[in-house]
Amino acid sequence: MGKYFLIVAFLGIEAAVLFNILAPNPENANNLDALKAKYSKVAKKPADHSKFVELNKHFESPSDVTRACISCHNERDKQIMATNHWTWQKTEYMQGKGIVNYGKINAINNFCIAAKGNEGSCAKCHAGFGMGEPGFAFSDSTRVDCIICHDNSETYMKGQDMDGYPDPKVDLAKVAQSVGKPKRSNCGVCHFYGGGGNNVKHGDLEEAMFEPNKELDVHMAVENVNMQCVDCHKTMDHKIKGNLYSVSSMDLNRLSCEECHSATPHKEDIINEHTLKVACQTCHIPTYAKANATKLEWDWSTAGKLNNGEPFEIDDKDGNHTYLSIKGSFKWGKNLEPDYVWFNGTANHYLMGEVIADTTHPVQINTLYGSYDDVNSKITPVKIHRGNQPYDPVNRILITPKLYSDKKGDGAFWQDFDWQKSAEVGMQDNGLPFSGKVGFIKTIAYWPINHMVAPKEESLACTECHSQSNSRLANLGDFYMPARDRSSFIETLGITFIAIVFGGSLIHGGARIISKSKNNKKEE
Amino acid sequence: MKKQVYIYKGFERFWHWSQAILILFLAFTGFEVHGSYKFFGYENAAVYHQIAAYSYIVLIIFTIFWHFTTGEWKQYIPTVKNMKAQINYYLLGIFKNAPHPTKKTVLSKLNPLQKLTYLGLKLLVIPVMVTTGLLYIFYRYPQSHRIETINIDSLQAIAFLHTLGAYLLIAFIIMHLYLITTGTTVTSNLKAMLTGYEEIEQDEEKDKEFIKEEINQNN
Repeated sequence: MGKYFLIVAFLGIEAAVLFNILAPNPENANNLDALKAKYSKVAKKPADHSKFVELNKHFESPSDVTRACISCHNERDKQIMATNHWTWQKTEYMQGKGIVNYGKINAINNFCIAAKGNEGSCAKCHAGFGMGEPGFAFSDSTRVDCIICHDNSETYMKGQDMDGYPDPKVDLAKVAQSVGKPKRSNCGVCHFYGGGGNNVKHGDLEEAMFEPNKELDVHMAVENVNMQCVDCHKTMDHKIKGNLYSVSSMDLNRLSCEECHSATPHKEDIINEHTLKVACQTCHIPTYAKANATKLEWDWSTAGKLNNGEPFEIDDKDGNHTYLSIKGSFKWGKNLEPDYVWFNGTANHYLMGEVIADTTHPVQINTLYGSYDDVNSKITPVKIHRGNQPYDPVNRILITPKLYSDKKGDGAFWQDFDWQKSAEVGMQDNGLPFSGKVGFIKTIAYWPINHMVAPKEESLACTECHSQSNSRLANLGDFYMPARDRSSFIETLGITFIAIVFGGSLIHGGARIISKSKNNKKEE
Repeated sequence: MKKQVYIYKGFERFWHWSQAILILFLAFTGFEVHGSYKFFGYENAAVYHQIAAYSYIVLIIFTIFWHFTTGEWKQYIPTVKNMKAQINYYLLGIFKNAPHPTKKTVLSKLNPLQKLTYLGLKLLVIPVMVTTGLLYIFYRYPQSHRIETINIDSLQAIAFLHTLGAYLLIAFIIMHLYLITTGTTVTSNLKAMLTGYEEIEQDEEKDKEFIKEEINQNN
């Protein structure tokens, strides 16, 4: 009887174990429907600005609109003036460099290189008016552009090469009366076009996201929850949550998926375990630049070719520029698999005037820190943008060329096509030494990919990474990953051992059969 | 005189066959996780492997209990007695129709080579597999600061040991499958493990002597 008891008890415990493993954990199953319901509510505007007398008038200048805003929303101007949308810099710590004021104001990238001296063009995306003008002061509230973020009429736009001033055709009274919470279009007009064209910089932020479908981005999809940028990039006192590591350096004010979804949103524990080392984006953004191409390489060294003295452009079949006399040659990519790096939320940046110690390798425009051993690091998808850009081979520093001017003769490369002159003026604008020589050097920049989250059915399958061949993480060699990695010693040892045992059995068995038939014959 | 003897008890057979199924299933799912082939799909293979692993651990706990309560653990005490004869039998005697050098009895089912091999499995290979397997399952937790005292920096050593163990177990199964054909007839050992009964040469005098010896030893 005892053995039956033992077997029944065993099966009982097995059943309990199986139930425990297979039953979904309700705590883990985050309620997606509740989130959807919460974010699909359209907030009612607290006030109808078209009824305010302050706004029912003709505005002479955009600064008058700002004055009207501040007349009620006093102190809000000061909040904006404390943010990097206004200052174009943050005070942050960089490893080996200490406390640094860094941002668009003084950054060097491998797109249009540097803003200073080129504000006429670049300041189109400054939340203010006339940033490049001689009389401009960062303390002047009337220069703040409230409307660029708060226009809800969809008619406000900044003028091309107007130093941040609106297009003259804009009806200022109309936009002033329309104001409300920023929509995707407000953020998108700048953030989708960074680098001088649609999707040039980010790869995961582009004009298709004004009205995306579910395939492009599950959160912002018009037919889904239709989330706006500020639903995730929550804002307090005009300080917006979220970092972009082309300009950020510290693990502060970072935005993460976990804030809504928790760190363990999956039903399966085995998937939840991945979240310790793998960023959500890695599996949930299998490809980026899904609708339009993004720029992958920018070679400034070919810029300046002229056709009968005139600049020209060459486009590919999708209409992407592959050559521009003013900017050089480009490579584009669409539907791209990201590269992957360990990233812990801290970064370093090439600073203006920083001497390049090693000119044989690409200069790191930004460095994303992280490693397997670091508990704060996660595998994170990035877009890599490669450049070949002007540098001073004598002083071994990157050149900040003067690019934009509204007229010839200022030294602006886009007018005069003279590197020497453009470097001289540009370096002077930024207070940097210039030897008189212009060379070109390869550079590399890392852009973390955070948007274009795919429907869950399209998330990465295990074997996209857990695979010996074509693993997406083939380049992250500092840790052991099942299926990707193996010890050739152990494999050889194991297979040899099996082969010996198997072969031995065959030989021994064969010998037994032969000897048996011999013995039988003898007996006969 | 030959006699049908009830040699493998009910739980013993249940243990043997569920262990066989579990090890084969663990190997099959395990090598899919290892990246050797695709069958269940990677995630399913990993989940099934884990379920089978927990099931096997439960089985092991029951079996340890069974070994000690029935005294069956003594079957595995290694001995050099008859070792040479057993090796000689496999190398030479078996080809000359020589008799098995070790007599199978209820109290001593295993020959000295079996004793040594099974003991090795029970004390070395399987504990290593269970330990590395559990570490494999739980290794992330130390890094999440849940268990500060055992901080495992890398899965590598764990995974390598676990893989090596898997190869050894497969080699064992192959050897085992072959050696069970060396009984009185090719299938007699298999039948015995299925039904519990095996036809064994009974020598009651010898059995009595053996029992006496056992009793003396225990005293």
